[in-house]
Amino acid sequence: MSAETTPAVNDSVSLYDVDNPAPVIEPPRKRTKKTPKTTRTNFEMYGWLFMRLSGIVLVVLVLGHLLLQLVLDGGVSKIGFAFVAGRWASPFWQVWDLVMLWLAMLHGANGLRTVINDYAQRDNTRFWLKMLLYTATVFTVLLGTLVIFTFDPNIR
Amino acid sequence: MPAGTLYRGREGMWSWVAHRVTGVLIFFFLFVHVLDTALVRVSPEAYDDVVATYKTPLVNVMEYGLVAAILFHALNGLRVIAVDFWSKGPKYQKQLLWTVVGVWAVLMAGAFYPVLQHTLRTLFGS
Repeated sequence: MSAETTPAVNDSVSLYDVDNPAPVIEPPRKRTKKTPKTTRTNFEMYGWLFMRLSGIVLVVLVLGHLLLQLVLDGGVSKIGFAFVAGRWASPFWQVWDLVMLWLAMLHGANGLRTVINDYAQRDNTRFWLKMLLYTATVFTVLLGTLVIFTFDPNIR
Repeated sequence: MPAGTLYRGREGMWSWVAHRVTGVLIFFFLFVHVLDTALVRVSPEAYDDVVATYKTPLVNVMEYGLVAAILFHALNGLRVIAVDFWSKGPKYQKQLLWTVVGVWAVLMAGAFYPVLQHTLRTLFGS
């Protein structure tokens, strides 16, 4: 009964005032009760940091690789089985190529993951494109690693 | 720019686009490159056969394109790191991009003969 006698102005405090001129909009990335627990890691931050750290190392490894394979000593002309055998006789170049393989594949896979997330709009499409990417990445990294570790200069 | 888009054009956006495009291209090449190198485990002949493809004029020109993509991605990647970690990076991002383009152009000019010498020699004699 007091609802009729009490003026509305005193009854409810207005949502708007000088300090709060518009309705509050919830920040788009605010954690709510509906946010799955599994997303509450810093995975994307570590991914971002990995791109920069691996990028610096890759600048040295990949540009060195290009210089060696395509620029110095006749460019592509000298490349062949004998050239590979000569290079992989040294543990230095084995480690160089192994680190380059792993960093480049992970750097590239994470980049492609970002591109897929950006452009594939349907959930299913996005999921299967990433499965294809991860499968191809694991296969390529393992194959390359196997080749470096089991290389045999006297194969025939 | 068309109305109603978030894309803002100019150096910032186009360097981002070029970084993406070159990154995807380099990644696809990397798959192929690991596969062709894996042929050293099959036989020296199988490997030398596939490397012979790399020595044809068309693929040799594509290698120069690969060098172009990798050099841009590497230099612009260093610019991205500068923008992210250097306090004045965002302020000078445009100047940084034109520095990247300048260094890229110089390195590409320097790489022209060494990378394409195989084709130049086969086409125009030694």
